[in-house]
Amino acid sequence: MIGISMTLALGFLGAFFWSMRQGQHDDLYTPSIRVLLDDDERTPTANH
Amino acid sequence: MNVSLKQTPLDAPGVDSPDRRKPITGKPVAERFEYDNLIVRNFGVATIIWGVVGMLVGVLIASQLFSPAMNLGTQYTTFGRIRPLHTNAVIFAFVGNAIFMGVYYSLQRLCKARMFSDLLSKIHFWGWQLIIVAAALTLPLGMTTSKEYAELEWPIDIAITLIWVVFGINMFGTIIKRRERHLYVAIWFYIATFITVAVLHLVNSMEVPVSFLKSYSMYAGVQDALVQWWYGHNAVAFFLTTPFLGLMYYFLPKMANRPVYSYKLSILHFWALIFIYIWAGPHHLLYSSLPDWAQSLGVVFSIMLIAPSWGGMLNGLLTLRGAWDKVREDTILKFMVVGVTAYGMATFEGPMLSLKNVNAIAHFTDWVVSHVHVGALGWNGFLTFAILYWLIPRMYHTPLYSKKLLNIHFWVGTLGIIFYAVPMYISGFAQGMMWKEFTPEGVLKYPNFLETTMQLIPMHMMRAFGGTLYLAGAILMAYNLFKTMAAGTLVANEPAEAPVLAKEYVATGHDTYWHRWFERKPIPLLIGSLVMILIGSLIELIPTFMVASNVPTITTVQPYTALEVQGRDLYIREGCVNCHSQLVRPFRSETERYGEYSKAGEFVYDHPFLWGSKRTGPDLHREGGKYPDSWHYHHMRDPNAMSPNSIMPAYPWLIDQKLDASSTQAKLKALKSVGVPYSDMEIAYAEADMDKQAQAITDRLSKDGIKVDKDREIVALIAYLQRIGTDIKKLETAQK
Repeated sequence: MIGISMTLALGFLGAFFWSMRQGQHDDLYTPSIRVLLDDDERTPTANH
Repeated sequence: MNVSLKQTPLDAPGVDSPDRRKPITGKPVAERFEYDNLIVRNFGVATIIWGVVGMLVGVLIASQLFSPAMNLGTQYTTFGRIRPLHTNAVIFAFVGNAIFMGVYYSLQRLCKARMFSDLLSKIHFWGWQLIIVAAALTLPLGMTTSKEYAELEWPIDIAITLIWVVFGINMFGTIIKRRERHLYVAIWFYIATFITVAVLHLVNSMEVPVSFLKSYSMYAGVQDALVQWWYGHNAVAFFLTTPFLGLMYYFLPKMANRPVYSYKLSILHFWALIFIYIWAGPHHLLYSSLPDWAQSLGVVFSIMLIAPSWGGMLNGLLTLRGAWDKVREDTILKFMVVGVTAYGMATFEGPMLSLKNVNAIAHFTDWVVSHVHVGALGWNGFLTFAILYWLIPRMYHTPLYSKKLLNIHFWVGTLGIIFYAVPMYISGFAQGMMWKEFTPEGVLKYPNFLETTMQLIPMHMMRAFGGTLYLAGAILMAYNLFKTMAAGTLVANEPAEAPVLAKEYVATGHDTYWHRWFERKPIPLLIGSLVMILIGSLIELIPTFMVASNVPTITTVQPYTALEVQGRDLYIREGCVNCHSQLVRPFRSETERYGEYSKAGEFVYDHPFLWGSKRTGPDLHREGGKYPDSWHYHHMRDPNAMSPNSIMPAYPWLIDQKLDASSTQAKLKALKSVGVPYSDMEIAYAEADMDKQAQAITDRLSKDGIKVDKDREIVALIAYLQRIGTDIKKLETAQK
């Protein structure tokens, strides 16, 4: 159990450092904005 | 417009195409295509209809808990049979269709592409509705595996698998032909949902068929219990939670016109959530015969689960930062706020209920029922309502029929949740404490179980009232939305345009190959999610199956006789397990009340296990031999005759109906194939054995003045009831 949990924990730590080095966390903002821009707001609704 | 268009721009009114994306290398070409709104609408209509049906069944069974006559006097509408109908209808029909509605709408927009195949969309829609109809037909008829939220029999399980694959192909096909490179976090949640539900469904539905609509679980006893609650808990996680988090991440920013509070947090809590959730199943089996190490793992991971759950909840609520003025005016956002808040409350309460000392009181009581309904009515229900109210007017190009009704629905629904949850908390806590209370002399204060039941009647009435309010709200919504649909015209194919995805992508900045490989392609994301959920699953499941000491053998525990097998199947058919547990926990309050606590080795021939999760009535694991056969006969015919004021329904049909004995040999053979050691002789002479045992029971009954044919169902059921939990007593006798 200890062996498994240590392996897991180190594995996740490794994965985290790897992802940092790969630059996966460099742009964590544009995706959240892009989702708002991708629609055309042609449809009138009662609520907006 | 700084992209050059080959084709003429869309002539749709009001289209303005600002620069929506980063500059694209190569030759940008805009493509025109159409979003499929028809399929979204169809899933939406199905959501509304099944929602009302499912809630109506809920109100019906809720009223049976204070007025047994509400079973309408038929076996097809009695609690044990239609409680699974209620849960299946609201989970798979109402919430299921809502998931598909939301996914089909948002996935197309997020991928800037029409669904992969209109044909697959159609097959998915009609296939799913057919499965629901099959469930609605088989469950009242008593065709059930008895495993919670997985009650449907094997042919329907296969149909679910096929339709789920169709959904998967359609979803991944759409993702692959997308025109937007980045996969927004909502899609991650959809992918994790797809793969995990597939794994859960396949593993938990392993059953060996006896006939077209009857099967036995491949697993027995403790193993079956662990697989079932690994499934059951993660049905909550990956059918009621992750897809809805995905929907929240798409629809909440859209509705509020605000970006999600933290995209970073959304990614972090995605991985943490799917990794941790899968371990939490054993918290449904605390103090059971499940090995302690598995129980402890379940507790630890349930506590940890607060972090990612609240990460999602806070991310949702904080998305509304600076936009709370909109919430004041916009009822749709109010629905979202109450829904996300309910998610936060339920995911705080869940870990608390997983603590062993809290669980000791709450387990088997109404507390748990209240807990799930905060999640179901608040989180799933209110998010679904909000999405419906937001989508239908958009797709029909018309304002909502009545804002006033929308407002009324919000308040009626919210009051409904409160009237449901609060009495049930009181009821659960009261009953849990009453079961445990001793007098100063050291005897149970409420030795008669029924006394504790009577205390809950007013609370159950209030709960039914709350449920009725909630249902009334849903009916108002149905009226409001159908009126809206009638007033507008569906834009079945909504025109859209987007630049083609350049094939050769030149990495810019610090973005590197692996990041894109992982995050921008769906298949690696699918594999990543799969690895995450498999770690916890395998660590819990494999040792439980492999390590023999997990289930210490008890020499006196023998397989059921042919008649008892038939009786057990009647117990399953009537859904007795919905109100009666077969698991005495190792507490003095329980051993005093019921007898010796349950041991893992007692369940080795139980395919499926019947531990249950709720004690509306008393535990039955030590029921065998407690009363004479005639007591059971009278009790099943009219429970009030033996226990005045009992809320148990009467089962007169068991006395009238002839037992279908034609399947006996097939049943024993099927059980033998999953490891129950019946000899060939026992199988060959099954019917003769059955006849002998039935004769003995009818002889005893006739001594008490009861005339009943030995081929009636009641005889088999009595045989089973008298057998439950008695094998271990033979051990005591042998030792003396």
